[in-house]
Amino acid sequence: MVDAVKMEKVIFEHSVSGRRATVQAPAVAADFSDLPSALLREDKPLLPETSELQVVRHYTRLSQKNFSIDTQFYPLGSCTMKYNPRACNTLAMLPNFLARHPLAPASHSQGFLACMHDLQEILQEVTGMKGVSLTPMAGAQGEFAGVAMIMAYHRQRGDMERNEIIVPDAAHGTNPATAVMCGCVVKEIPTGPDGDVDVEALKAVVGPNTAGIMLTNPSTVGVFERKIEEISKIVHEAGGLLYYDGANLNAILGKVRPGDMGFDVIHMNLHKTFSTPHGGGGPGSGAVGVSERLVPFMPMPHVLKEGDRYRYVTEADVPDSIGRLSGWAGNAGVNLRAYIYARLLGRDGMHRVAEFAALNANYLQARLSAAGFDLAYPDRRASHEFIVTLKRQAKDIGLTATDIAKRLLDKCFHAPTIYFPLLLTSCLLIETTENEAKEDLDAFVEAMIEILREAEADIEMIKGAPYTQPVRRLDDVKAARELDVVWPN
Amino acid sequence: MPFIPHTETEIRSMLDTIGVNELEAIFDEIPDDLRCGQLEGVPEGLTEYEVTRLLHQRAAEDQALSCFAGAGAYDHHIPAAVWEITTRGEFYSAYTPYQAEASQGTLQLIYEYQSMMASLTGMDISNASLYDGASALAEAVLMAVRANRKSKSRKLLVAGTVNPTYRKVTNVIVHNQNISLDEVPFDNASGTTVTAALEAHAGEDYAALVIQQPNFFGSLEAVDEMTDWAHANGMLVVAVANPMTLAALKAPGQWGEKGADIACGEGQPLGVPMSSGGPYYGFMCCKQPLARQMPGRIVGRTVDLDGNPGFALTLQAREQHIRRSKATSNICTNQGLCVTASTIYMSLLGPEGLARVASASHKNMNALLAAIKDIDGVSVAHAGPSFHEALITLSKPAAVVIEQMANLGFLAGVSVSEDYPQYENALLVCTTETKNDADIAAYATALNTVLNGEAA
Ligand SMILES: Cc1ncc(COP(=O)(O)O)c(C=O)c1O
Repeated sequence: MVDAVKMEKVIFEHSVSGRRATVQAPAVAADFSDLPSALLREDKPLLPETSELQVVRHYTRLSQKNFSIDTQFYPLGSCTMKYNPRACNTLAMLPNFLARHPLAPASHSQGFLACMHDLQEILQEVTGMKGVSLTPMAGAQGEFAGVAMIMAYHRQRGDMERNEIIVPDAAHGTNPATAVMCGCVVKEIPTGPDGDVDVEALKAVVGPNTAGIMLTNPSTVGVFERKIEEISKIVHEAGGLLYYDGANLNAILGKVRPGDMGFDVIHMNLHKTFSTPHGGGGPGSGAVGVSERLVPFMPMPHVLKEGDRYRYVTEADVPDSIGRLSGWAGNAGVNLRAYIYARLLGRDGMHRVAEFAALNANYLQARLSAAGFDLAYPDRRASHEFIVTLKRQAKDIGLTATDIAKRLLDKCFHAPTIYFPLLLTSCLLIETTENEAKEDLDAFVEAMIEILREAEADIEMIKGAPYTQPVRRLDDVKAARELDVVWPN
Repeated sequence: MPFIPHTETEIRSMLDTIGVNELEAIFDEIPDDLRCGQLEGVPEGLTEYEVTRLLHQRAAEDQALSCFAGAGAYDHHIPAAVWEITTRGEFYSAYTPYQAEASQGTLQLIYEYQSMMASLTGMDISNASLYDGASALAEAVLMAVRANRKSKSRKLLVAGTVNPTYRKVTNVIVHNQNISLDEVPFDNASGTTVTAALEAHAGEDYAALVIQQPNFFGSLEAVDEMTDWAHANGMLVVAVANPMTLAALKAPGQWGEKGADIACGEGQPLGVPMSSGGPYYGFMCCKQPLARQMPGRIVGRTVDLDGNPGFALTLQAREQHIRRSKATSNICTNQGLCVTASTIYMSLLGPEGLARVASASHKNMNALLAAIKDIDGVSVAHAGPSFHEALITLSKPAAVVIEQMANLGFLAGVSVSEDYPQYENALLVCTTETKNDADIAAYATALNTVLNGEAA
């Protein structure tokens, strides 16, 4: 790392009172003398006073402190760090798309609305659902829409008691958090030793209060839920509905459709399976698909096609909708990127996604296993991801998942997921995606083998990693205890 | 095969390593009867050139209109550097900064963003973003209910001048938890909340009062009096603010004696394109005592093993990946890239530049109202100052005017009579710094033509 990048200060340290980038702002000085002075601001807000070059250089340097898909192999489990095609960004940022106000009349928005409509249809087809709404702004909001639809369905049938949502212990944290936001009670069920849901435990919790179950398939431990049809039957017979957490859709795209597995509602993370960027934390898009019985409840607005004209639905079209989840129509620009990606892939490309994601994952799993790493589920196929457990190394030489994660950074690989799933301790959840070439997977295996050797020779050295990054391991306890979250003004 | 690098030879050798004969064998755990068919509903793949052509055609259908609409999405100039840097791969294609050492760029940027937002709003702490302005209000409502332990009602008071869409979205998100909003009526003549309407609720149990400034009509509320009234009645104060206007207007943290407790709103005016309504981002800031009730990610400054400063996500015990069903919110992925754009935007504009944007937007509204107020069939609905939006009523239905104005190249405004039936044919208009005198004159001419025929 170049020192200038490593040492880059906080933007406020570049600030000099009175300096400014003049051409970006109006030429006329500010004047609010016609507004009541009691309502005006007296202090100067803490915004940098810098030149354009200083700003450009500062944020360019900050960018260089990041790992990213464009610069490193990023095998982050459950996150589907695929290549974000540049064409998707370039075309979604065409001036007319950017300049469209969300309330521009449909008569002047046919191009944009056509894209959204086509995307709805494509997503409907690949998931086997009967309706799609693109408005949820990320996976968790898609989950919210899904559970809210499930509740609205029960309530409309006069089924007032159903308020329990069943969630496997392997589920992502957003699942139980969402159920609670929807006013439900969470019933957790365990995962069996083979990674599948414990069906007996499921039978024991279903009943007249069951509103539904939230399932991820392949689950978050990286294996396909083989008893899905039995689970579907048990829950449906108890009067509950099935929710599909589509965060792992990349594993089955073009192979199996959630609709065919019996799911009533699904959210997709378009920022995973459809290659829209993660942007250092977002934005995403959590489009939802529904079965026939939930179509009337879909969140507003979605696009209708009437003859050859497109328009958004209004409240009058969908009186039973759970309503709006955002000011307008969700993350439209993200959906546009997903649409462009879908058109580049096309039908054949869709079929290839899961095939090559799974080929890469199973190849990497086989190689790491042969290299002496223990698999959490050695008898199972990997889906698009898999788990390496470090229980043995932790016990023998004190090598933890965090240690490997940090040392991998020194070897120019982003770390796999280590904080999740919570039910397994000291594990690496590794997801490769279909975009990675064999030689990059091989290089990753070599790095893992090297780290194991290094750890056996000198565990203290590993505990000190990383050494090559802008900072070394950070003091999280201090960060939480002595809260420093804003620069002093 | 799009985006798949494998050669036939590599596929063979990888299958050998796995110990299977063909690709299909990897899917042998999936029951046969579940395997899907051809996906006929998905069109054939296109080359990048073909997709480019298609998208250019689609974009060309949506002729850009000269924008005089706001209502939560604003047509500001975005400096070229903002998205040039924001879409650098290192920002664009990075994940959430969980591995702090490899994410110092994103983390430091968020820390800088938090600092700027906290200062603009006059608060102690900011999160790293929520989805958008509307859903940020929903989160603020949930937060206020958690934070105001003395209140048992699960009810909030909301000024009727708060963006009606925000109120609808909030209701959708909070009603399942038996939380409800009671609306405070406003004065039709001034378009602002009057103290008498609040007094009707004196002594009642509400978790918080929600105030928008400038309000949905662009009018300025008596925020000091309203804040003090709410505090005197045991309520917290949730401020909904447009951050661009905070370069000029009193920060929510300074409203009244003690200041608002939570400030939230739409970050879009700060360097994010209108883009059909998203992606934008919701911001949320609060006073220190409420920090642990805050939803969303927060970045803190700390030190590394060598004692050098560095940045990391902090207070994570509030979040779903740690607390699961007891988290402050279900939010995980947020709107990070838009925050990246806003941080660069605010740095380029600085305090003076942002004040100039606010001032020019406001002055253009004064100029617009002066240019259209004498047109036959136009009345300005509210007395008193407008910031950069205002409500006008028309002699023809707003929807018809919007359609005809669009044919003349203008987005005339936003029709609001559905939400405010007391105003007939009402149009909410907006100006930003991007308009000049000629644009405003052209708008006035077009509006006159639409309302009064060719003989303008
Ligand atoms: C399995 C699973 N479910 C849900 C989510 C939540 O999605 P989002 O972060 O888009 O809200 C994620 C990812 O973050 C996930 O991995």
